[in-house]
Amino acid sequence: MTRCSRRALLRASAALAGVSTFEFPSIVSGQTEKIRIGHLTPLTGFLGALGAYAQLGIRMAEDEINQAGGVMGRQLDITSEDSVNPATAATKAQRMLDQDGVAVLMGQISSASALTIMQVADRNKRLFMQIGARSDALRGKNCNRYTFHVDIPSTVMVNAVGKALVRDNMMKDKRFYTLTADYIFGHDLARAANSFFDANGGKLIGDELVATDVTDFSPYLLKIRQAKPDIVCSNLAGNQVTNLIKQYAEFGLPYPIVGFNLNTADAWAAGDGNLSGTWPTVWYHTSDVPASKTFVANFIKKHGKPPENHAWIEYVSLKMMAQAMNETKSTETDKLIGYFEKETQFDILKGRKGYFRSWDHQLMQEAYPFTVKARGKAKDQWDTLELGAAIPGPNEPLESIALTKEQNPCSM
Amino acid sequence: MQFGFLLEQVVNGLVLGGYYLLIALGLSLIFSVGGVVNLAHGAFYALGAYLSVEITRYLGFGPAVVISPLAVALLGILFERFILRRFYNADPILSLLVTFGLAMVTEQAIRIVWGAAPLSASIPPVFRGSVILGDFLFSRYRLLILAVVAAALLGIWLLLHKTSFGRVVRAGIQRPDMVAALGIRLQPYMTVIVMLGVGMAAMGGAFFAPITIVHPAMGAEIITVAFVVVVIGGLGSFWGVVIAALMVGVVRGITIHFVPAAGEASIYVLMFLVLLVRPRGLLGERIEKFE
Repeated sequence: MTRCSRRALLRASAALAGVSTFEFPSIVSGQTEKIRIGHLTPLTGFLGALGAYAQLGIRMAEDEINQAGGVMGRQLDITSEDSVNPATAATKAQRMLDQDGVAVLMGQISSASALTIMQVADRNKRLFMQIGARSDALRGKNCNRYTFHVDIPSTVMVNAVGKALVRDNMMKDKRFYTLTADYIFGHDLARAANSFFDANGGKLIGDELVATDVTDFSPYLLKIRQAKPDIVCSNLAGNQVTNLIKQYAEFGLPYPIVGFNLNTADAWAAGDGNLSGTWPTVWYHTSDVPASKTFVANFIKKHGKPPENHAWIEYVSLKMMAQAMNETKSTETDKLIGYFEKETQFDILKGRKGYFRSWDHQLMQEAYPFTVKARGKAKDQWDTLELGAAIPGPNEPLESIALTKEQNPCSM
Repeated sequence: MQFGFLLEQVVNGLVLGGYYLLIALGLSLIFSVGGVVNLAHGAFYALGAYLSVEITRYLGFGPAVVISPLAVALLGILFERFILRRFYNADPILSLLVTFGLAMVTEQAIRIVWGAAPLSASIPPVFRGSVILGDFLFSRYRLLILAVVAAALLGIWLLLHKTSFGRVVRAGIQRPDMVAALGIRLQPYMTVIVMLGVGMAAMGGAFFAPITIVHPAMGAEIITVAFVVVVIGGLGSFWGVVIAALMVGVVRGITIHFVPAAGEASIYVLMFLVLLVRPRGLLGERIEKFE
């Protein structure tokens, strides 16, 4: 073994430390400083598959913006990490603000982690664009001035699917059996679903809370069979949905199944011929809006597969943030909040533009119910869903599917 | 009627127990013979699932569930020869660390090769739907899995109890020093045990792929339940693991029948209770090298 002199090693590391202390800052200050953005999304756990798409989406927007010259002539630099769980999400958000010098926080899919990051944003008086978590409570009783919400909330999803069910004669006097994800998002969704049932004559005959790490649904399926409902309804999230769909098809229960939450990645993973029923979505890659088609084509060129709804939403979110920074010529929290609160219209690759409602910071946008394409109708393995007409209809205001002021207990 | 419903959950729990057994039995064997807690066991399960989904695309379901476990079993030889073998007599913490590391490396490798998004897999049309026997509903596909588990179980039992190979392995579990004194090297036996163990895990993965989500972290999810089964069953006991797996399935089913939200917690409560009464597990033998 060669003997490395301890003194030599110490000298070398001291020299290295000296260099890094004195010389690197002078190099950095010579360049235009990048605008740093902290991005947190679940990359592991039951929402990890969706988070992977989320990262692809925001990265693609970052590349496009930077290639076009950046924001105010400065490049965007996104630090993206796995939010893991609510506690870690909050710790990482705080660290990004304190140590990484990020201008704003973005991301999330898990409602539980979104909630803790919202608290960090509030405490530090910094902007958090909450992109993909859907619990009503986040934009309701937990809302705060520093958080803006992009994805559709639980109630909108319930309304999108519920209205389709009413239209198809699958609501009034029908007996529903629901399975609910046992965390804030699921509880919220179940509450919204139950009020829709109540208002439209549906009857809830059973509801089971399902832990987020459940992979085997067979005991639940037996209970459903014993209860003999008219319709089975999923208030689940992430991997849960995929597992339920697969095993529901496996057992071949005769009751139609519908759901108030689904992400296209969960549907794609369900396997050929397993999915059925009516479900909601916020966006699908077969949308025929020209801008959306361009985005889909570029995404496929880059990644060899179409974007999922979380890729789309992260993409448009960063574009909105860049637009806000460009227009206000600032990364300051108050200026950005002011810009969004003006209810500025944003192109979100849909038929109608979207805007953040000033009093609850929720993006007003179209949603869609979808059904499953009949066998043999799909063009490829991704083309599995038949998108319904956008809600609200072209003559109704976007707000008509959102929670009203009376329904939403948000006060900032 | 209530009783009938409950009985249905019990029967379904037994079937589910078989599902856990495929993973737990290999884990238990590797620990009993080699003294290594194989935290990478779930990774082989995940590999089995991914390979079988991939092979199904080209050759169909039948060949996939045969080829995938065999391929992973061959990987198991490399795993034993180049990694595990160095740790049989080392501090247990080292083998824990190395297998934990391997589990993470495998999960990330799966992410790199197949992507983070889950793969799509379906049951072959022949096995879709359910059969109703008397009052009980069975998924046709799960009955197939049950038959496979039973066959695998019988095979392993015969191998361990009716062959000279099994005699050496069983002796090796109890008294490796005596086996060595008789001039028998345990190492080749260990290679076969690891091969069998990870091959069974992969078979589990291949058969569960059509009914659970196939994603990179699936190995980490299954390993926890497998551990619970091994701990409840007790080390070194073939039947202990079998009974524990069935118990875990049944207890989970019954709990979900009464208190659905507590379904996943129930198996840990069961483990706690069993360990209170029998610290060595249900049928765990006193193994000197672990005392």
